[in-house]
Amino acid sequence: MRLKLEPRKASSRLALYAAPVAAIALTMLTGMVLFTFMGFRGATAVFEIFIQPLLQPERWPDIAVKASPLVMIATGLAIGFRANVWNIGAEGQYIVGAIAGTGVALATYDTEGWWVLPLMLLAGIVGGAAWAAIPALLRIRLRVSEILTSLMLTYVALQLLYYLVRGPWRDPEGYNFPQTRMFSEAQTVPNLLEGTQLHWGVLLTLVVVFIAWFVMSRTLSGYQVRVVGLAPMAARLGGFSENRTVVMTMLVSGALAGLAGMVECSATFGQLTPQFPVNYGFTAIIVAFLGRLHPVGVLIGGLALATSYIGADIAQTASSLPQAATGLIQAMMLFFLLGVDIFVANRVRLAPSLTQHAS
Amino acid sequence: MSLEIAISIVMTLVIAATPILLAGLGELVAEKSGVLNLGVEGMMLVGAVAGFITASLTGFTPAGYAVAALAGLCASLLFGVLALTIGANQVATGLALTIFGTGLSSLAGAGFVGTTITRLPALFPQGLAGHPIFRIVFGYDVIVYLSVALTLAAAWFLNHTRPGLILRCVGESDASAHAIGYPVTVIRYLAVAFGGALAGLAGAYYSLAVTPMWADRITAGRGWIALALVVFSSWRPWRLLLGAYIFGAVMTLELYSKAAGFALLPPEMLAMLPYLATVVALAVIAMRPSRGRLDAPRCLGKTFRAGA
Repeated sequence: MRLKLEPRKASSRLALYAAPVAAIALTMLTGMVLFTFMGFRGATAVFEIFIQPLLQPERWPDIAVKASPLVMIATGLAIGFRANVWNIGAEGQYIVGAIAGTGVALATYDTEGWWVLPLMLLAGIVGGAAWAAIPALLRIRLRVSEILTSLMLTYVALQLLYYLVRGPWRDPEGYNFPQTRMFSEAQTVPNLLEGTQLHWGVLLTLVVVFIAWFVMSRTLSGYQVRVVGLAPMAARLGGFSENRTVVMTMLVSGALAGLAGMVECSATFGQLTPQFPVNYGFTAIIVAFLGRLHPVGVLIGGLALATSYIGADIAQTASSLPQAATGLIQAMMLFFLLGVDIFVANRVRLAPSLTQHAS
Repeated sequence: MSLEIAISIVMTLVIAATPILLAGLGELVAEKSGVLNLGVEGMMLVGAVAGFITASLTGFTPAGYAVAALAGLCASLLFGVLALTIGANQVATGLALTIFGTGLSSLAGAGFVGTTITRLPALFPQGLAGHPIFRIVFGYDVIVYLSVALTLAAAWFLNHTRPGLILRCVGESDASAHAIGYPVTVIRYLAVAFGGALAGLAGAYYSLAVTPMWADRITAGRGWIALALVVFSSWRPWRLLLGAYIFGAVMTLELYSKAAGFALLPPEMLAMLPYLATVVALAVIAMRPSRGRLDAPRCLGKTFRAGA
């Protein structure tokens, strides 16, 4: 007798929702072993990364603030992934969104008015969408894979950022530091709760999640996206345009990444600096998968990843675990998730051993 | 421009092209078998850090390259288990591998920042390697010649041998290959492992030859350029060589204009150049009438399950 994997008739809901939990549990176990092996107090470090932040209510706002950009980007990416549109350059769209918004901020410097901040956010949306439009157009016009082009443009965006903050946009009174001038009060996303980092961007993220949930599960457009991804042939027969879906999902994911970039730039940094991009665009890919490509799941996944970021800071101070461990932990989560996912579409059965049947 | 400068420019170009050629070649073979492994950048980083640590601890640089190839291979097996055995989505698994390699390399390499190692010496005797003119052909280390030899070998293997034909068959139609009785998954594992070993070697070329020191994310996205080059080459080894040398030229242009202090373009614009050039190259290659995607292996990126 041996264990055999057998395709299920319908994918298991239980396995679908249990997989991320199992993946996190497996990551904790592996992390424990790995960190111990590397000479750290493994169990303590893992506890500090995954559990400690949840036990300290004063850290909850930090988790929410950290989760906000991740969730916003991942919500957009998840919509694309559902339609088999692989935008992996969200990091670039995030950067260009912040650049576009900062452009507005610098142009409206000295200007007061309620419209300044909304205009900056709008510029962020347009900037991110425009950056995503390049791979989208290349895919529908020339059938160039959006995977490579969207990623390449991330490196271009990064250099564009460096150029602007070192050159034309450098703060004239900034002692030659490569950064723009600080945003004015009218250009800063307002604080939500006195004494915490919590800002209005977090609420904006919740609104985005709700809209995404509504569109994806309650409208024809959402249905169209899901059909194009699940059954391209059926979509074609049904008269759903694949090209339209590609462009729409790319633009939406780019717009949300750009918006997230602008909010983060204004709320957390208050200026554009080279330290601004920290790979949220890539981490959001993990969030999207961990959240099962569903807006509500993405919200939970984003909170989980944000917890691990805050926890990694704790572990860095308390257990001197290097910052780089965070990346490793995140990658392990995705690895285990992809592995555990086999039980969603398959079940394990006992089967007669191969030798009895081999002829 | 003096001849001497021209010769050193060409030599820089060859050195810049070698790692993307190696990584691209490995990926080309993997993709020919129908597997899209987006983890090239991650495998390169794993190879780069493993090679550097080995070379720095043993003081023996060849051991660094050997361990780097082995480390890249191990990383690719991780991809194999998930994408080939378990049947996970290849795009997602490849991305996970890249994120993993980035994290692992910066964690493992943190203690080695500032350490120095010695480069491999030139393969040919000093009389040739140090000759003011002939060094343009004889002045490189063994890895450069190996990369060209492997291009030749891969072209011959894929187009003129029976195992090469089987590998292509698996990539074009996994179901038919399976029906004839070829072990599709085993063949794909071998192709992916080859790709991993070459990516590891390519990564080590950055940490042991191009900039012989450890820096975080030392490969700086070159793994993605290697992936794009495979498409650019229409999955043909010789065109890959050509493409790698064209990109070597673009990167060399960046280096030399920086060194010469050209005021033509700001340094950031020059640093963008290889990535922009990649996007343009992918667009141009796709514009050829009635070709483009037709060159791609038919089963590229599709999960295969025997008996499913």
